[in-house]
Amino acid sequence: MNRIDAKRRNVVDHRKKQFAEATYQPQQYPHRLNFYTTPPTADITLEQFEQWAIDRLRILAELEACSFRNKTPAETAAHMEPLLKKYLPLDSTSSNHSQLFAQRQKDHYSHFILRLAFSSTEDLRRRFTRVESMLFRLRFQGDDMRERNAFVRTLNLDWEPVSEEEKRELATELAATVGFSGKRGQPTVQEEEWSKVDWERVPDLIEHRKVFVKRGKAYVPSREQQSMVMTEFNSRLEKALELTARALPRLDEDDRLTPILNHLSKNFIAPDSVYTNSSSAIEGAEISARNIDNLSQHFPMCMQHLHRTLRRDSKLRHFGRLQYTLFLKGIGLNLEECLVFWRSSFNKMSDDEFNKGYRYNVRHVYGDVGGDSNRRSGGYSPYSCQKILTEHAPGNGEAHGCPYRHFDEQNLMALLEGVGINDKVVLQGVRDDKQKQKFHMACNRVFEYVHKNEVRRAKDEGVMTAAQLETIVHPNEYFKRSYLLKNMGKIAKKEGDGDVKMDG
Amino acid sequence: MPHSESTPEQQEAPARTQLTPTMEDTTLNLGNGGLTDEDLLMADVEDVESPPVVAPAAAIEPPSSAPTTKPASPEEDAPVDIKQETKSEVKLEDLFEGMDSDSDDEFSSKNNNNKDVITGQIPPSSPGPAAPAGSNPDLLRVFYQLLFPWRYYFQWLNHSPQPTPDFKFREFSLWLTGGVVFRFQSYATLDLLRKDVFKHLPERIEIGPIYTANPRDRKTFRNSSAFRPIAKELCFDIDLTDYDDVRTCCDKATICIKCWQFITMAIKVLDVALREDFGYEHIMWVYSGRRGAHAWVCDRKARNLDDHKRKALGNYFSVVKGGEKTGKRVNIRRPLHPHLARSLDILKEHFLTDVLEAQDPWREEDRAEKLLQLLPDIKLRQALKEKWEANPGRSSTAKWGDIDSVAKSIPSVNAKDLLEAKQDIVLEYTYPRLDILVTEQRTHLLKSPFVVHPGTGRVCVPIDTNDLEGFDPLDVPTIGGLVNEIDSDSSGMVKKEGEDEDKKGADWERTSIKPYIDQFRGFVHGLLREEREFVRVKREREEEEGKLDF
Repeated sequence: MNRIDAKRRNVVDHRKKQFAEATYQPQQYPHRLNFYTTPPTADITLEQFEQWAIDRLRILAELEACSFRNKTPAETAAHMEPLLKKYLPLDSTSSNHSQLFAQRQKDHYSHFILRLAFSSTEDLRRRFTRVESMLFRLRFQGDDMRERNAFVRTLNLDWEPVSEEEKRELATELAATVGFSGKRGQPTVQEEEWSKVDWERVPDLIEHRKVFVKRGKAYVPSREQQSMVMTEFNSRLEKALELTARALPRLDEDDRLTPILNHLSKNFIAPDSVYTNSSSAIEGAEISARNIDNLSQHFPMCMQHLHRTLRRDSKLRHFGRLQYTLFLKGIGLNLEECLVFWRSSFNKMSDDEFNKGYRYNVRHVYGDVGGDSNRRSGGYSPYSCQKILTEHAPGNGEAHGCPYRHFDEQNLMALLEGVGINDKVVLQGVRDDKQKQKFHMACNRVFEYVHKNEVRRAKDEGVMTAAQLETIVHPNEYFKRSYLLKNMGKIAKKEGDGDVKMDG
Repeated sequence: MPHSESTPEQQEAPARTQLTPTMEDTTLNLGNGGLTDEDLLMADVEDVESPPVVAPAAAIEPPSSAPTTKPASPEEDAPVDIKQETKSEVKLEDLFEGMDSDSDDEFSSKNNNNKDVITGQIPPSSPGPAAPAGSNPDLLRVFYQLLFPWRYYFQWLNHSPQPTPDFKFREFSLWLTGGVVFRFQSYATLDLLRKDVFKHLPERIEIGPIYTANPRDRKTFRNSSAFRPIAKELCFDIDLTDYDDVRTCCDKATICIKCWQFITMAIKVLDVALREDFGYEHIMWVYSGRRGAHAWVCDRKARNLDDHKRKALGNYFSVVKGGEKTGKRVNIRRPLHPHLARSLDILKEHFLTDVLEAQDPWREEDRAEKLLQLLPDIKLRQALKEKWEANPGRSSTAKWGDIDSVAKSIPSVNAKDLLEAKQDIVLEYTYPRLDILVTEQRTHLLKSPFVVHPGTGRVCVPIDTNDLEGFDPLDVPTIGGLVNEIDSDSSGMVKKEGEDEDKKGADWERTSIKPYIDQFRGFVHGLLREEREFVRVKREREEEEGKLDF
């Protein structure tokens, strides 16, 4: 069935074909948005190749940073606007901009160049898909309604329209869809265009119960098309990246492109999300099981809460253990010490029970046991704030997660006061941050309050650069900075000693 | 992080050839006339629902086979024991004569002692009287051989008469007594699974996903995309321990019929939503053996969902969020989503009877404090607090009524806010609380239906959704009770040796597990009918396409 009909098969002599002009159709860009289904075919210079890729990369890295800092969509859009204008402008068709074609071409080509750079590993692919989707979403939202609809129509997504009759029948249910509460300025159920799709195509609308679903069909208002378009964009890009990855080895022979591509993918490492072992070690600190109680004063609230819960109950549930073990691993506690720590903390159980139920998991996290890939990669990486904030919200009897997010205000205040933060202004600030869902801000606010003297000194003496004092987005970074600040004098001296030795 | 990956060395099951002749014998025995439609469907599967007690036991544990995991396993003793059991039938009868009234109870240590007497001698490895019935190897052997509905079990997982990848590449994990776990086991046929189960007598079997390739070969694949899960039933897990903050009658592992009602209402809400909202039809609810229930949604569409969509679906059903520190745990948008409006309708009644009356959660002052925190308007809270402090020991029902009556006299209370807060409270106390990971991850293992809970000895039987109120978890058959039923019935069977027809009936048909297996069979047949339809439609479509090609 899949064989090409013999008559239709292309029978040009391959010798001739090699030198023949490529018969690609020249590309037109009728729409501002692009699903990137057709790869580019025209020639560009190497300089363009590199420059365009770097420009796009800059945008993507910035977008990722926005998400790490938990910016709201509106803030992200505001933050990105000038950058997009500078590096990757993309004007609407109606603007009649003279550079329209060039802009779209650059957007198109840079996307495909980065695909090459970021398809090699699954991790890179996932990140690339995520940030590309964010970029697409940003542009999709900013697009003019008419042009957007025209673009969506070209995608051939088969949406079944809901008939007037069915609308009437389901009027009450449809009215419960988000945004149809009958307020002024909102369309009524009858006015809205509804379409019916399999719920599997709009999982994020289902997840938050934003639409009505009946017998497997989701009833989606036209405003929520975005969700469907995004799902489609994501899944197509994921598939395409897999294919690219498979084709990649053939590129190896091209010694002009490979170095550029390698260079690009190396530059796409966000220091926030990956916390490597090398950066975690703090010289001169005694990181051992018996010193954890003492060190816990430098821990962020999430970890302090875990630590206190552990001390109170002599146990932690699964995700709490996981989050805490990884954090301890990140501050430089080695496996032996970590096992000692957990064994002595779970002081209400027998050795046998501990060895059976818990020992293995700790070792697994450190990459001491488990599958080949787990051992080779040295186990899991410590969780970033992003991960703690978004994954596995704590349930009954669980102490993990981020207190700023997962506690209610009263309990949060009690926790903060419990560690000696009584300043009314700070507490109010935390409360406001929490209300605005700026959990990072709250955490950093507490950090700044606790370390205000040291931070001032560090700035005055120039011990730490501004970059070293920017927003904390990783619990281990919190610890490291806290420890360094509190022990500034000692460590600076040590480093001095080291230098002398090096010279000698 | 894997829960336990004790990486046992994978064993090639020995004694494969020794088993075969016996199996054939039994097949012949059963292969009499009058085959039904289902029999034809299953013609290729060796049907050995009811092998004679002696033969398979002797075949499965031949003196030569040496299970490597159990150092002191009753290799020699096991067959001998069972032979004695059947030989000394008269003695058996006598022993069980006075015990009929006991048979429905959980298998107590007293019964266990009796069992040892029956077998004539205590096998060296058999746990002493203190061991729970659910992991007693003698009972488990009888259970797996005579009572476990293997045939329907196979049909359920395989979706076709011939073994398909749905069965062959499915992960099973066997939990042996003593904490050894065999993960990533898979079986090419039902017989191989049965044989392995007879050999190890696991106290628990868990079911994992269907993988792209044979799970036993998983280490031979270089990258993760070649070996990954592709399908699994969509599962839900509700556990009463998650209700500890709202139930007052029991806590931790204990349950009673009062708190079981939380499960009953959860099943009602989920079942109707899965059917009406998502259009699934083949949903089986199973009692988990101690304090919860599992749902297995077996529709083809549900089986093929990826983790991302499972997560979306799981979150659709998560309304009660957070833990003790979260404060108000239900915060939902208004207008109520149709699913929540319907759930609220179902749950309202249960809230009044099963929560307020049966659990009486706010009688004590400190517990009532929690209710107050969930209400809007500080003046209302103040007034209620004063009123309740004045008459201590007011029942929860009365307190619930007080909210409205007191609110009337306070002008600042916004009626709409109060109503919404009350709705939230009803949901917080009654809406299903799921173990979300079971739903989200295909790789998550879930205890198989019809295995025995090692702690309680109760069989994980399906729950009839048409008679939810009639289900009492403390009343389901236990392994000890079932084996007793078989033992006390076996004499009758011998007497009627001449009647062939009667012999065809499986042993479970004469025990109290029958209604549950019947229900399972009905469920599996419904599923298979649809699978056959799917295959037919697919074939027709392919034929049509084929026609177009030529």
